[in-house]
Amino acid sequence: MIATSRPTIWEHAQSRGVSRRDCLSACAWMTAMLGLPATAVPEITKALETKPRLPVVWFHFQECTCCSESFIRSSHPAVADIILDKISLDYTETLQAAAGHQAEEALHETMTKYKGEYLMLVEGSIPTAANGVYCCIGGRTAQDIVQEAAAGAKAVIAWGSCACNGCVQAAKPNPTRATPLHKIISGVPIIKVPGCPPIAEVMTGTIVHLLAFDRVPQLDGLGRPKAFYSRRVHDTCYRRPNYDAGLFVNSFDDENAKRGYCLYKVGCRGPVTYNACGVMRWNGGVSFPIQSGHGCIGCSEANFWDNGPFYHHLPSFPGFGIETTADNIGLAVGAATVAGVAAHAVVTNIRKRHLIREEMKTSEDVKDGRAEQGGE
Amino acid sequence: MQSTSLGRVYVWEIPVRLYHWLNALCIVVLCITGYLIGQPLAIQQASEASFSYWFGWVRFIHFVAAYLFLFNFAFRIYWGFAGNKYAGWKNFIIYRRKQLKEIKDVLAVDILQADNKPIETIGHNAMAGFTYFLTFLAFLFQCLTGFGLYAAMSKSWFAQLFAWIVPLMGGDFAVRQWHHAFMWFFILFAIVHVYLVFYHDYVEGRGEISSMGGGWKFIDKEHHPVLKKQDSDKAGPASAANDI
Repeated sequence: MIATSRPTIWEHAQSRGVSRRDCLSACAWMTAMLGLPATAVPEITKALETKPRLPVVWFHFQECTCCSESFIRSSHPAVADIILDKISLDYTETLQAAAGHQAEEALHETMTKYKGEYLMLVEGSIPTAANGVYCCIGGRTAQDIVQEAAAGAKAVIAWGSCACNGCVQAAKPNPTRATPLHKIISGVPIIKVPGCPPIAEVMTGTIVHLLAFDRVPQLDGLGRPKAFYSRRVHDTCYRRPNYDAGLFVNSFDDENAKRGYCLYKVGCRGPVTYNACGVMRWNGGVSFPIQSGHGCIGCSEANFWDNGPFYHHLPSFPGFGIETTADNIGLAVGAATVAGVAAHAVVTNIRKRHLIREEMKTSEDVKDGRAEQGGE
Repeated sequence: MQSTSLGRVYVWEIPVRLYHWLNALCIVVLCITGYLIGQPLAIQQASEASFSYWFGWVRFIHFVAAYLFLFNFAFRIYWGFAGNKYAGWKNFIIYRRKQLKEIKDVLAVDILQADNKPIETIGHNAMAGFTYFLTFLAFLFQCLTGFGLYAAMSKSWFAQLFAWIVPLMGGDFAVRQWHHAFMWFFILFAIVHVYLVFYHDYVEGRGEISSMGGGWKFIDKEHHPVLKKQDSDKAGPASAANDI
């Protein structure tokens, strides 16, 4: 029986020559990454000791592989390494050695042998125009593959903005009708890990959570793990005090930019973007866009490509050409309204002049006691 | 329409007037602070963040005004059931043929000015009622989107009640954009509203402007059943001389 003879994560690590000390240290790293207290280390350790490796299939559809690139650059090399070890990555186009029929066979073996047990990771959006022919692997459309694989998956992780909201492929006019994962499949828990790419530690953290606790992490209204997406970049930004103080950069070459003021006025999307960039940062915690002097472009939010221009606080209003904001239109309509009202006032004095004159006359009559009725 | 035949009618009760002015104040404050939040002035230079908090205050005022606005709005809905017939909800829902006809009349007499016959409504005319119904929808929309955005930065359970609007509209960015665009509805409404109040007061001379201060309007007795009856009761030799 293969299922019972599957080595646990710890056994697998031993066979790879990992010492107990290294393994425990990795457990501590994972615990920290999940934001858990030190008291949870034994729990994580126990989970890794007793749980067999999680069979995983990782699909790549309409994407640029930046999610994979981000993932393999997890800050602590051991963590990425161990995670790649901890899971049994049975199918992934980018990293697997197998090709062609071999690869397809590996996929189908996992899907049949571990039905209901394997974890499905999806990178990229799924085209649905023209019956999905814009993305085919092994002669089958992405849509077809996803639906088949999702049916037997324990849980699905949508990696990156492509799988979560379509990203650049789904930007207007979206010629291939690129569709995010959650609109294709149903009936299986989907965890969205948006970002272009997502932060490596967020990706590994999400997997570790599934691995250690065997359940889907707490998700927000949009299906993203709360641990990483509950706060806006703005809320954890180190430049936030400048925002509250009203200290803003007006252009990228001004004195205020040099002083490191808030980038709100030059289009920073931090206030509307939910991500952990301000806390975890990138490249092993080195920096993140705002720290490097550039506003957030909101890459983990839906439609961020269509909400341009990136360097304006307000987006251009659809249908009015680039750089026409709601304020431009509002101001124009406001001016037109004032003009209309003024014209109406003039017309009133012309069209209603008899009426008004008559009333004035009546009023004079009343005062002078000349009215037909009353006026005693 | 002769001045001698006008009678006083108490139209806007105190709660309606209070609601109106509180609402006006909130809208002015919300528009100014909201616009500043969208397009902050860069008035400070060469300063440290720890020295000031003006943008924080602008936002704080916006949030406080928003709470006031919301509860004031909620109160007005309640008063639509508890208030007098001029405040009642029936004024805002256009469903009777008479109302439709009145809308047509208002368009002809006041807007296009093709006709000069007086329109003898005491409270809101049907056109105004319908417009206010649209503004109530806009109020609702601004409250939902505004508190939806606010939910992300608030721990209060009340703001969390609105959190669902964000995923529904596809994220904070879209919500913020709509919230901002709808501000212009209020500005345009205010321009037209203030103008029309002056217009009615000027053309009809029924005390349109002061009615929102004291509550009284001056109505042609011919068109008010009670006043008309009082008038005819008192009639006779003494005549109907109760000038205001």
